[in-house]
Amino acid sequence: MLDAVGVAAPDELFDIPESVRFDSDYGIETHSERATRTAVEGILDESPDLTEFLGGGHYDHYVPSVVDHLSLRSEFLTSYTQYQPEITQGFLQALFEFQSLVVELTGLGVANCSMYDRATALGEAALLADRVRATSGETVLVPANLPDRVRSVLENYADGPGIAVDTYPTADGTVDVDGLADSLDDGVSMIYAATPNAHGVLEPDLDAVGDLAADHDALFCVGSDAVALSVLEPPESYGADVVVGDAGVLGLPTTYGMGLGLFACREDFLRQVPGRLVGASEDDAGNRAYTLTLQTREQHIRRERATSNICTNQAWLALRAAIHAAWLGPDGLVDLAEECVTGIDEACERIDTLDGFTAPVYDGPHFREALVDTAAPAADVVEGCRDAGLALRTVDDGGQKRLAVCVTDTNRERVDDLIDALAAHGGSA
Amino acid sequence: MSQEHRERTDETAAEPPHQQTRWYAGGQYEPLLSEKRSKTVAVDSSLPDDLTRDELELPAPAEPEVARHYTRLSQMNFGIESGTIPLGSCTMKYNPKFTEDVAAHRGNRVHPLRADADKQGILHLLYELQETLATIGGMDAVTLQPPAGAAGEFTGIQVAKAYHDANDDDRSEVIVPESAHGTNFASAAMAGYDVVELPSNDEGRVEVDALEAAVGPDTALLMLTNPNTLGLFERSIEEIADIVHDAGGLLYYDGANLNSLLGKARPGDMGFDIMHFNLHKTFATPHGGGGPGQGPIGVGSDLAPFLPTPQVRETDDGDGYETYAPAHSIGRVHEFVGNWLVLVKAYAYILRHGDEGLENVSETAVLNANYLASQIEYEVPYGPFHHEFVASADADAGDVAKSMLDHGVHPPTTKWPEIVDEALMTEPTETESKRRLDDLAAAFNAVAETDADALTETPRTTTARRIDQASAARSPQLSWQALDDG
Repeated sequence: MLDAVGVAAPDELFDIPESVRFDSDYGIETHSERATRTAVEGILDESPDLTEFLGGGHYDHYVPSVVDHLSLRSEFLTSYTQYQPEITQGFLQALFEFQSLVVELTGLGVANCSMYDRATALGEAALLADRVRATSGETVLVPANLPDRVRSVLENYADGPGIAVDTYPTADGTVDVDGLADSLDDGVSMIYAATPNAHGVLEPDLDAVGDLAADHDALFCVGSDAVALSVLEPPESYGADVVVGDAGVLGLPTTYGMGLGLFACREDFLRQVPGRLVGASEDDAGNRAYTLTLQTREQHIRRERATSNICTNQAWLALRAAIHAAWLGPDGLVDLAEECVTGIDEACERIDTLDGFTAPVYDGPHFREALVDTAAPAADVVEGCRDAGLALRTVDDGGQKRLAVCVTDTNRERVDDLIDALAAHGGSA
Repeated sequence: MSQEHRERTDETAAEPPHQQTRWYAGGQYEPLLSEKRSKTVAVDSSLPDDLTRDELELPAPAEPEVARHYTRLSQMNFGIESGTIPLGSCTMKYNPKFTEDVAAHRGNRVHPLRADADKQGILHLLYELQETLATIGGMDAVTLQPPAGAAGEFTGIQVAKAYHDANDDDRSEVIVPESAHGTNFASAAMAGYDVVELPSNDEGRVEVDALEAAVGPDTALLMLTNPNTLGLFERSIEEIADIVHDAGGLLYYDGANLNSLLGKARPGDMGFDIMHFNLHKTFATPHGGGGPGQGPIGVGSDLAPFLPTPQVRETDDGDGYETYAPAHSIGRVHEFVGNWLVLVKAYAYILRHGDEGLENVSETAVLNANYLASQIEYEVPYGPFHHEFVASADADAGDVAKSMLDHGVHPPTTKWPEIVDEALMTEPTETESKRRLDDLAAAFNAVAETDADALTETPRTTTARRIDQASAARSPQLSWQALDDG
């Protein structure tokens, strides 16, 4: 090979001026495969094994074995984006099926095949609202209980076009519809509300929010997730123009916050959608075939006029979510969602009977998680539970530190331990 | 869409049972899950009726059918373990299998909202990786948070903006060479900048005179990839850096082509102030059919206070690691830390290779590209190139690509960069053997010798024949619900 290219050593092929050559070392030792595994797994083992009741935007559900076994098939895992659809029909069809799943769950006409996570999907929704609104809007409205982590991402996305992110009030843990009405003016391009919301409460009156948005020519963006939407009313039915959220609740166990951003919108925004879309077409033989479509929206064609800069997305996680959903089927999805309702409900009932606890803080049906009031400082309760091998967190709820508890199918069997730990460490100080 | 549309027109073939996969001559077809067994269930929930849907209609295959469906789909898909994927700028290398096992280790199952003390393994790895990447890039500080290369660009531009703002320096333009990745333009526009396009010179590099004319008090940033998309090293990089810096602007390095520089040169040493790494390219995490990837960025010390939050550092007592918010942080670009498992795999890859292995990666990648170019008949107008080259087809590059599929290889990136007519942008990577490169060259050359008209009839041997892109875009059908309606 060296002869064919006419050099004595590969280094001669590097056309790099001496002045910027790197003459030193990185100082990284080479490891055998076995030594590498030992080293990296050793680092990972420095985190203790805890039972987590954490939630807060990253949720753990049991992922059936079939998801790993199928998604790890190398034809899927090691393939590239489907720019040559004739040899990537399999992945394209899986993504088409994922889009269809999201269409079914949201009721909206168009779903893309992924964003990075729920926060970046919300950011993209704000940019979409800015593009499609007839008159230029200056403001997106978000609820007071939107987690700072999500708001911060949204603010970065909103920064470019100069969109302001303003807060509307919540009351008793849910959207304060009158307060929202007072916050609205014609400069608002989008209203965001989540169900379940940041405190785990299912919003009772999103119809009213949809009406307010429609009255002010603002888009209504609903945040949710793929499991909750399996039982909740499809957001389209109460006026949602865009649905964002996390689809990684399917197919993706706890992985330090990896997400699968879900993005669906009304069909008339089709040509303004961010991200990749898979469509059905025909091949030259007249057979149905799938392809990435409407690519003139995307950065590699439209450059600075693209609907988004997104290129690499979360395709493999969309495949995993689709496999998980297929394995569950509609019965399984409904059962899983129901477990998210009854699990936290039962846990709250038991916590509420303990001396020094009120659970949940807010009325109304909850999904997966709830806020709990503690007589002792919430941070002390968290510390006490930690000593029992349980990880919980506090939430700053309008200036008050409260305990948050998340229960799913994977930690439900440890609720007894949670109750014991709370009883032991959480009573009045 | 009616059944006929999915059938090859073969009058003699009996209609196969609906459930089954059908083979065509050279192709396959797998019904949609929704066409196999869908089920409508009434939603019976303990929630109030006004919150819940009445019913849910979705496929309900039993597990064996789930397994068969996705196994069949995988057979209709081409990955790096199926064969060579020499897509220019994509760095499709073989991904060592052991990294998947590391990613499956139980220690990855950690929730991001644990207290710092309860996620020391995670923070330790984040710290080691951010320090290692800083060393590899010649940068002072690294954030691992951006979940993809384009997200890294956006983050870097937001950091640059915050830096200029902190200096009360109002700048409105980002300069991007015409041959740059499309994401550069899109990321700059998303961050609210006007994009100024910079022409290339006759040698395919940045035209320094044009750069001097373009920079000024409005210049926030010049975005470059080096080697550039033609595989050429920007030899005037130090002069370019001086021009941009003298105008008060910053220099951004697009890390898409870093696979050619490991052990040889570092963006920080060339004068770059900000860079992103594409961990899914350079450090071999599988592309997963389009993602997830990860696009950490590195910056010089002046910019470090503006990086996203949280960052990770050693605790004062040196016994562990803690998160902190940089003093003037731009906030977050992902709710948590992006794609954690990609970070783990990249770290394992770097550790496995070490200095020697990483330098060997780049040497082999560059040698492979040069060897392949020497074996193909198409003209390669610009050089000397490094890890990738751009050949010029004497026929429609799109047709050339489709025709290469019939030779069992994935084609290169086509029709881009536009500076080369009918561009075939080719990056074989270091993981292809000489035998594979010879096969790839043979595919290029067989197509080069084929009549241009005949190329339009290809591919013939793939799962699907050539697909009607125009009608897909004209009448979009993006879900099985849309197929039912149509």
